[in-house]
Amino acid sequence: MNQLKFLVLAAAFLLLALPGQAQKVDVIKLPELQKRLSRPTDTTYVVNFWATWCAPCVKELPHFDQLTTTYAKQKVKVLLVSMDYASQLDKKVKPFVQKRALKSEVVLLNETDPNTYLDKVDTKWTGALPFTIILNNAKHKRATFEQELSAEELQKQLQAFVK
Amino acid sequence: MKKLLPFLAACLVLALSSFIVLRPADAGYQVGDKAADFKLRNVDGKMVSLADNKAAKGYIVVFTCNTCPYAKAYEQRIINLNTKYAAQGYPVVAINPNDPAVAPGDSFADMQKRAKDKKYAFPYLQDETQQVARQYGATRTPHLYVLTRQGNDFVVSYIGAIDDNSEDAKLVKTKYLENAMTDIIAGKPASVNSTKAIGCTIKWKRA
Repeated sequence: MNQLKFLVLAAAFLLLALPGQAQKVDVIKLPELQKRLSRPTDTTYVVNFWATWCAPCVKELPHFDQLTTTYAKQKVKVLLVSMDYASQLDKKVKPFVQKRALKSEVVLLNETDPNTYLDKVDTKWTGALPFTIILNNAKHKRATFEQELSAEELQKQLQAFVK
Repeated sequence: MKKLLPFLAACLVLALSSFIVLRPADAGYQVGDKAADFKLRNVDGKMVSLADNKAAKGYIVVFTCNTCPYAKAYEQRIINLNTKYAAQGYPVVAINPNDPAVAPGDSFADMQKRAKDKKYAFPYLQDETQQVARQYGATRTPHLYVLTRQGNDFVVSYIGAIDDNSEDAKLVKTKYLENAMTDIIAGKPASVNSTKAIGCTIKWKRA
């Protein structure tokens, strides 16, 4: 059992540690996402929930992706969680990620019933997109934004975590 | 003091503007709250209020729009809800809260066209000031509120989603809204009275 736990943790760690794997999009389920959001590390995670069909999401996405470059030398990790339907992975999501040459990790959350998973991601999330969580579990800090963020706003909010 | 005053004024402006931007999502109605009536322009040009329909036992108020893919995915299901529940005294009232300056496809003319093309048999109202959406606490489209009549008042009896699968109506396992309606029509409180769904942010007017 312990061995299994170790393997799962090691796999999760490897997935998170791989840099610049932006061109592939992993399809994940809720438990995997929850695992990632609850790791007790001093890394600040910027988790942006978006979709290719969501205009404000697409507009703010470059600000998020830019953080991966800007904060390359700091313990900041950007995770872009696509809320597109899994059926749209090859048709919409992958081409979008390619075209935008996203540098941050992109995953697709493959769940159908928001009423069961939204609260498990964050109780403050009413379900509107875009939604963003900035968190640092070692520092016990977490902030959520159910709105579009400007580059300045995002920088400002992130600064409070990395200081 | 002379120097302090403009500074304080600036602080106030800053505080107010940040309040507008970071409006808390949990504001608005909870189940059990009395819903305020409104007077909004329908696609036929007439003004509509909850009080107009004396026969209504309640309403299924849907904040929705022309442009959001989720609203479109649920459009036929909203039409079906009206067919099913208007006959039982709970007609649909659709409200479009989006600012057409931000979402051009949500202009009043576009709303009229949509309602005509899809033969909406229910009002499709424009929340021009976005006051109603703010008051209700709607955050996304689609976002539903079931109201039940208590005398001349309407009380919020259910808030949230239509069902558990936006992509494919045929794969739905739980019809949250219909389950709630079954309870409500039976005169009971909905056993699940609040659910969440993914949707598009309401396109608020730019401050």
